[in-house]
Amino acid sequence: MMRRALAATALSSSLALGAAATAQDSPDPIKLTLHDWTGQLITTTIMGEVLKQAGNNVDYVQADYLAQFAGLKTGDLDVAMEIWETTGREAMDEATATGQVENLGETGMQAIEEWWYPAYMADLCPGLPAWEALLEDACAEAFSTPETAPDGRYLGGPVTWGGFDEERIEALDLPFQVIHAGTDAALFAELESAYQRKAPILLWIYAPHWAPIKYAGEWVAFPPYEPACYADPAWGVNPDMTHDCGKPRGPIWKVAWSGVKEKWPGAYEAIKAFDVSNEEMGQMIAKVDLEGGTVEGVVAEWMDANKDRWSGWIGK
Amino acid sequence: MIAATLAAPASGPGRRSSWLLAWLVVLAVTIGFSHLPRGTLDGLWEEVPRGMQIPVARWISAATAWLVDDARIGPVAFRDVTRGLAALLEAPLRAASSLLATGLMRGEGSAAVRLLPPLPWLGVVGAGALLGLHAGGARLAALMAACLGYLAVFGQWQSAMTTLASIAIAVPLGVAGGLLLGIAAYRSRRFEAALSPVLDAMQTAPVFAYLLPILVLFGFGPAAALIATVIYAMPPMVRVTQLALRGVSPEIVEYGRMAGATPRQLVWRVMVPSARAPLMVGVNQVIMLSLNMVIIASMIGAGGLGYDVLTSLRRLDIGGGLEAGVAIVVLAVALDRLSQAYAARAGHGLPRSRLPLAALAAAVAAWGLAFLVPAVAVYPEGWQVSTSDFWAGAIEWLNVNYFDTFEAIKTAVLTNLLLPVRRVLVAVPWWWGTFVIALAMWRIGGSRRAGIAAGFALFVAFTGYWAPAMVSIYLVGVSVLIAAAIGVPVGIASGLSPRVWAWVQPAIDTLQTLPSFVYLIPVVMLFRVGEFTALIAIVLYAVAPAIRYTALGVREVDPALIEAATAMGTTPAQRVLRVRLPLAAPEVLLGLSQTVLLAVSMLVITALVGTRDLGQEVYIALTKADVGRGLVAGACIAMLAMLADRMLTQGAARLRRRLGLAP
Repeated sequence: MMRRALAATALSSSLALGAAATAQDSPDPIKLTLHDWTGQLITTTIMGEVLKQAGNNVDYVQADYLAQFAGLKTGDLDVAMEIWETTGREAMDEATATGQVENLGETGMQAIEEWWYPAYMADLCPGLPAWEALLEDACAEAFSTPETAPDGRYLGGPVTWGGFDEERIEALDLPFQVIHAGTDAALFAELESAYQRKAPILLWIYAPHWAPIKYAGEWVAFPPYEPACYADPAWGVNPDMTHDCGKPRGPIWKVAWSGVKEKWPGAYEAIKAFDVSNEEMGQMIAKVDLEGGTVEGVVAEWMDANKDRWSGWIGK
Repeated sequence: MIAATLAAPASGPGRRSSWLLAWLVVLAVTIGFSHLPRGTLDGLWEEVPRGMQIPVARWISAATAWLVDDARIGPVAFRDVTRGLAALLEAPLRAASSLLATGLMRGEGSAAVRLLPPLPWLGVVGAGALLGLHAGGARLAALMAACLGYLAVFGQWQSAMTTLASIAIAVPLGVAGGLLLGIAAYRSRRFEAALSPVLDAMQTAPVFAYLLPILVLFGFGPAAALIATVIYAMPPMVRVTQLALRGVSPEIVEYGRMAGATPRQLVWRVMVPSARAPLMVGVNQVIMLSLNMVIIASMIGAGGLGYDVLTSLRRLDIGGGLEAGVAIVVLAVALDRLSQAYAARAGHGLPRSRLPLAALAAAVAAWGLAFLVPAVAVYPEGWQVSTSDFWAGAIEWLNVNYFDTFEAIKTAVLTNLLLPVRRVLVAVPWWWGTFVIALAMWRIGGSRRAGIAAGFALFVAFTGYWAPAMVSIYLVGVSVLIAAAIGVPVGIASGLSPRVWAWVQPAIDTLQTLPSFVYLIPVVMLFRVGEFTALIAIVLYAVAPAIRYTALGVREVDPALIEAATAMGTTPAQRVLRVRLPLAAPEVLLGLSQTVLLAVSMLVITALVGTRDLGQEVYIALTKADVGRGLVAGACIAMLAMLADRMLTQGAARLRRRLGLAP
């Protein structure tokens, strides 16, 4: 092992970049973090399996989405494959600012977050998906519950997700109240419950996720987000207030401990090259969460079908 | 009950009625605040302005940063010391997990090669059953086999063994640490005085609050999870040790002294062995609390059953989450009953037996057999059972058919109970709240305790957490009222009838060990997110001690008193209401103080269904990696819990004196 590594080092110093780059990599395991949602498990497993193909030693570690930054800063954990612009930006910025964590670029997936309603609600509020439909009292009433009536009830994400929904409601003068779910498990539990009863619900949904695949429904079409909308009151339908538009859509980022570049230069390049689209990820999530497949099986299938792509990432 | 305690006579009926009047005035003023027009109180009268708040959170964050980055002990960085400790702990952890879960591995990550397989499921089930036979006979053997069998049949084996491996290390550590601290506290009054508030804080501060500092110092992984578990599970062992050593009969101690034992020998050779039975109660508590931590430990890299619960619920696979949750309960029951049985026998001395040896032999034999028969090594997937679809169907059926009924109940409780209480409490300004708390404490426990209570209240106000603290008090207060309304009658029934108890006991055991997340999500489906859902979750979790202690109190009433009452011609109803219940009142109050502690500890969990209380503050701090904010909000929760606990225990002590049950 040692001799091979030495030989490889000697070789690659004389060769051009990319050739047998991974042979310089440390034989220590690269620790990739696993969280508790399927999309992230798939993303991480794809990355891990590709790295294994490149000859890297890979270890999967279960960690909390936000608590993991403590580990990424110290090198206890090495790579986190899905940090969402929308929910993880603050923690990611705080971590990269220390210089101990590095942003390895986009995964290719775009996080969509917006107000969403099930298809059967279109009958009760025919103007949807245009956001102006929500201004009508009849529509708000259709989405109301005893606690919020006559206002409509909008189920927002956990407080920690931010999202400016209170501001949006005020700026667009929507007759709605925000109720915050504490976790996304609670968010989708409410959706499932309402869907079973065909009951009214309007809530914060994000994609890629199994929910918009499992349930028929539609995003509310707000005026599209522009940075000026959040910064400049003059922008948009309300001349006096900011946030009179939809939520920003943003990339899902890959981040790593800053020591990864030195320790595993080959893997570092491969992780940077990783790229999948929302569509393929959505299909894989559906295969696992809705059709009962295993993460490993679905990933293996993807690996077989996309050999050319991932070979490119590891420079083979 | 509290009002009665507060108005209890200090001297004569005259003072009693004037106190009652005073409390009525206090109540009226408190309610009055919610009727003031908005903006009547402003500036300092409404809340402590930001400029006057003490930035404790910022200080703590700065101190942690210094501790992690710059602190040194001589030439060694402080962080290297904690890291070294973590590495030290990781070694036994890895050994246990290779024995039970992963097998003996060489190398790391995907390059690791498995040298030897782990113990096969059949071997573990067999060994467990034989140990059960040794400790408690055929019934316990059957229970052990059933519990461990469940793990295999429901496909939980691999995760359960990962969890068991970490429990197998956490419990001895917690027991040993607790024993040592308890002995030290027994020997030195001064150490005891210093330790007591630390223990209080350990028991009442939410784990989320100190999770971050632990992660920062000990690194991300199983060792950090282990340390968090030990911190959480150890305090009862310390307390039990102190009690147990104090309870050793003076003659035994005297005899030891006369035999010329040194103080060290006296403790280890004489007192600890003779206090073995009560010490085992502490061991039980450590086991139960360690298993309570499984979910949180899985969030910081421990994996196992906790991770399965979280992943299933993220998928809304309620049945899957329930099965993994029940696996935790089953592990708890197996370990608890086994250790209880050993504790019960410890008093009489265990008979010499070959059974433990046989258990070892069975495990080894199964391990050998597993090389030949794969079904012995790993429980075949085809034999596994899942009830997932059944649970999903059951919840859907309830949801579709009875949602309107649930909604009606919820609306009634909200409008008639929750919202009015909330309106009053949220309107209470900090200075009045502090005054009332201090007054109540002074009445119950004297001026020194009142001073501490006022200090706690001012800390909350001046760190800027008064508003969320009042929401917490409202949620906990209403939940405790409901838990008492359910728990005390059920407890009386269980205390009077062993047959009722036989049904109630497993139910409350399950409620206490089943991770609350498992039932939180179905409750959300039936009641939506919000405070009512939080209320249900808190009541479910906190009702157990109210039942347990009431049952104990009712059962243990002196039979002579009951006989006397019967001889006087009382009816059975009178004997319960007039004799048993008043005499059991101190136990009931103690049970309620436990209920309050559990309810407070649920605040962090109910933050997950959207409440806006101190729990939410702790949770937000965790997600924003803000060490100081988390610890301060956590300290506020701990102070609330301690306040409530002191009021109720002092109240119980007073009641006991009044009833002539204690000097």
